Amino acid sequence: MSTTVVQPVPRSFGRMMGRGARDWAPAVAIFVLGIALWEGLVRGLDVQRFLLPAPSEILSTFWDERDTLVSAGLFTFKEAVGGFLIGSAFAVLVALVLARWRPLGNALMPYAIAANAVPIIAFAPITNNWFGILSPASKMAIAAVIVFFPVMVNTLRGLTSVRPESVELMRSYAARERDIFRRVRIPTSLPYLFTGLKVATVLAMIGAIVGDYFGGSQDALGIQIRRSAGIFAFEEAWAAIFVASVLGIAFYGAVALAERVVLSWHPSVRGGRE
Amino acid sequence: MNEQAAVVSLKSLTKDFARGGVRALQEIDLEVRQREFVSLIGPSGCGKSTLLRIIGDLVQPTSGEVVVNGKQAHQARLDRDYGIVFQDAVLYDWRTVAKNIALPLEMLSWDRTRRSERVGEMVELVELAGFEGHYPWQLSGGMQQRVSIARALAFDPPLLLMDEPFGALDEMTRERMNMELLRIWQESSSTIVFVTHSIAEAVFLSTRVVVLSPRPARITGIVDIDLPQPRNTDTREQERFFELVTQVRELLRTGDRSGEELPA
Amino acid sequence: MLRRGLVFAAVLAGLWALWEAYRAFGVAVSLTWPFEVNERTMPHIHDMIGQLFEPSRRNGPLLIEVLGKAALFTAKEAAVGFALGAGVGFLIAVALVHSTLLQRGLLPYIVASQTIPILAIAPMVVVWLGGRGLPGWFSVSVIAAYLTFFPVAINALRGLQSADPRAHELMNSYAASRWTVLWKLRVPASLPYLFAAFKIAATACVVGAIIGELPASIQDGLGGAILNFNQYYASSPESLWATNIIAALLGIAFFLLIVLTEKLVVRRAPEHFV
Repeated sequence: MSTTVVQPVPRSFGRMMGRGARDWAPAVAIFVLGIALWEGLVRGLDVQRFLLPAPSEILSTFWDERDTLVSAGLFTFKEAVGGFLIGSAFAVLVALVLARWRPLGNALMPYAIAANAVPIIAFAPITNNWFGILSPASKMAIAAVIVFFPVMVNTLRGLTSVRPESVELMRSYAARERDIFRRVRIPTSLPYLFTGLKVATVLAMIGAIVGDYFGGSQDALGIQIRRSAGIFAFEEAWAAIFVASVLGIAFYGAVALAERVVLSWHPSVRGGRE
Repeated sequence: MNEQAAVVSLKSLTKDFARGGVRALQEIDLEVRQREFVSLIGPSGCGKSTLLRIIGDLVQPTSGEVVVNGKQAHQARLDRDYGIVFQDAVLYDWRTVAKNIALPLEMLSWDRTRRSERVGEMVELVELAGFEGHYPWQLSGGMQQRVSIARALAFDPPLLLMDEPFGALDEMTRERMNMELLRIWQESSSTIVFVTHSIAEAVFLSTRVVVLSPRPARITGIVDIDLPQPRNTDTREQERFFELVTQVRELLRTGDRSGEELPA
Repeated sequence: MLRRGLVFAAVLAGLWALWEAYRAFGVAVSLTWPFEVNERTMPHIHDMIGQLFEPSRRNGPLLIEVLGKAALFTAKEAAVGFALGAGVGFLIAVALVHSTLLQRGLLPYIVASQTIPILAIAPMVVVWLGGRGLPGWFSVSVIAAYLTFFPVAINALRGLQSADPRAHELMNSYAASRWTVLWKLRVPASLPYLFAAFKIAATACVVGAIIGELPASIQDGLGGAILNFNQYYASSPESLWATNIIAALLGIAFFLLIVLTEKLVVRRAPEHFV
C-alpha cells in the first residue's frame, strides 16, 4: 500500500540526477525559453501587471526588498526545518517501535494512513492558541505533524520490507533480534526513509508558510505574501514567492545531497546496472 | 569402511504444518557422515527445503530427533556449526563483496586483521579476486552465488547447507558452478547437504543421493554414487553416470504414486 | 469483521484516553511546556462533540447543521478541484510518456512547481478568475486542482511506463496503434499507481479547498467556519475544535471514498497485464 508514500520520481529522472549536461540541456533550454516567453508576453500583450509581473520586475523588486524578504524567508525556513526535524525524529522512532512489535504495527497502520488524510493545516488556529500566534513554535508544530505520517509510513515500509531469507541468514549466525535490526532492517529501510524525507521537506515548507495564513508573526514569509497580495502589491508577493521557492528547492536539495552521501552504495546513486 | 562421525543425524523426523494440517515430512531417518556430499532430491514442494531448514534449526520439527555435530540442532545453530546458501544469493546491497563475506566474521567478533586475512583467502577460494570492492548489483548471478558460498564458508563451519543454490542460473553457468563447488569442497574439507531438483546435478556432485517422495515426504531410497573422485567434465559422459541417473529417476518414479510431473 | 470493529473501537478509545489523561495530568501539575494545559487549550472531548448539538449562535441553527452545510460546500470545491487536477495530471502523464524529450524538459518543473506555495497565488487566481465572471468557489477548486495534479502526473507517468516490456512486444506483434497500446496496456497497468496518487490527492484537495477559501474570503465553507470560530475561541473553544473534527472527518471521508472505489475498480481490472 502506498497511500502516503509518494512514489520516488520515475527512474529516468532519478538516473538523470547523476548524469551530465546532455540530460540537463532540455530542462535548461525550456527554463530559458519559459522565462523569455514570460517576459515577452507580459510586455508584448501588456498583461495586467498587477496579476503577473514580468520576471525582470519581480527580480528587481526582490533586490529592492531583499533585506526584509531574506530575513522573513529565513524566519519561516527555521520554522520549516524545526518542524521537519521534530516530525521526522518522532516518525522514525514510532516506525522503529511498530516494526519491532509487528502485531501493533499491523493493527495501527490503516489508522496512520487514514490520519494522514486529515487536513492538518486546519489545526493552525489551535496551535496558535497553544503556543501563541507570534511564536514560531505554533508553525513548527503544524509542520511537524504534517511531516510525521509520510515519514513514518515510508520508514515502516522500509523496515518491514526485508526478505525472509535475509533474516534466516542472520539466524543461522545465531544473531539476536537486536543485531538483525541493526545490520539488516535499518540499512534496508534507508532508501525508503530518504524518499519520505524528501517529500517531507516540501510539506514542511508549505506547512510553515500556509500556517501563517491563519495568523502569524510579521517576520514570517507567509504573512509577507498575504499582506502584499492583500494590498495588490503583486510584485512583492511574487518576490516573496520566489524566495519561498528558492528556499524550498535548497531544502530539498540538501536532503537529496545527504541521500547521495548516505546511500552511496545504492545503484541509483552510482548510476550502474540496476 | 571406516566409521566416520555423523555430522547430521535425523531420527523419525516428522513435520506437520499447523495451518492446513499438512504433513510435510514423515519419519525421516538419515545420517550424514563427515566429508560426505549428500543431495536431497524430490519433486517440487515435497519438503526438501523444509528438511534443510530443520537441520539448520530455522524451522522446528513436530517430532523426532535432530542432532547436528553431536549436539541438538538449536545448540548447533547457536554455536554456528553450519553455513547456509540459499537459491537467492541474499547479499546485502549496502556492503561490498568483501564486507558481505566478512559479515559472519563480524558477528563472531573477529578482529580486523584476522577478518581481512580470511576474506582474502575466501575470495581466492571462489576465484573472485579483484572484485572485493564491488557491490552485489554489479555482479552476475553466478558471481553473486560465489560470494554467497564464500560467506558461508568464511568461518570454516563443519557443515554446509545449500538450498538449490544454482537453481536460478542457466545450464552452462550451472555446470561450471558445479565444478567450482566440487573444487571448493575438496579444498575446504567440509560436509555438504545439498538440495536440488536436477537429477544430473545431484548425481554429478554427490557421494550419496537421497530421494524423497511427494508430500508427505518419505525417503524412497538412497543411491550411493560410486563415480571416481575427483569428478570432471568427462564424468558426465561416462556410462556409469547415466546408469546412476536412471537409478535415481526410477526411485523418483516409484515414490511418485500419482504420476506427478518429474523433474528434468 | 468483528475483530476489525473491535480494533477500531480500541484505537478510538485509546486516543480518547490519551487525550483525557494528558489533560488531567497537565491540569494537575499546571503543565506549561510544550504548551499550557487548561480547559481552554484542551477542552474535554465529550464537550467538543456535545458542542455540535448546541446552537452555533444565539437562537441560531445547531452547530452540526452549520458545519454540515459548510462541509458540503467545501466538499464540492474539493471534488471539482480533484476532477480537474486528476484530469490535467493524467493528460500531462500521457503526453510525457510518449516523448522522452518532453519528459526531460518538463519533469524538473513539474517537481519544482510544488515548491511554490499555491496559496500565495490564490489571491491572484481569485482576482483573475473573478474578472472573468467566475464564482469565487471555482478559484478555490483551481487551487485544489493545483495540489492534485502533481501526485497524479508523477504517479500516472510511472504507472504508464510500468508495463512489462514483453507485453509491449506483444502489442507490437499485433501492429497495435499507439492509441490501442495506451488504452489496452498502459492505462490498465497504471491503475495501482493512479490509485496511490488519488489517495494522496484526496487529502491534498480537501486541504487546498479549506485553505483556498481564506484569501478568497469565502464564508460558506469550512475554511470560513474555522476563521469564524477562531475569533470566538476565548468564549467557546469547543466550537473551533468541533469544526476541526468535522474538517478532519471530511478529509478522511474523501480518502475512504478513493479506497472504496479502488476496491471496486481494481478488482475487475488485472493488476499486471502480461
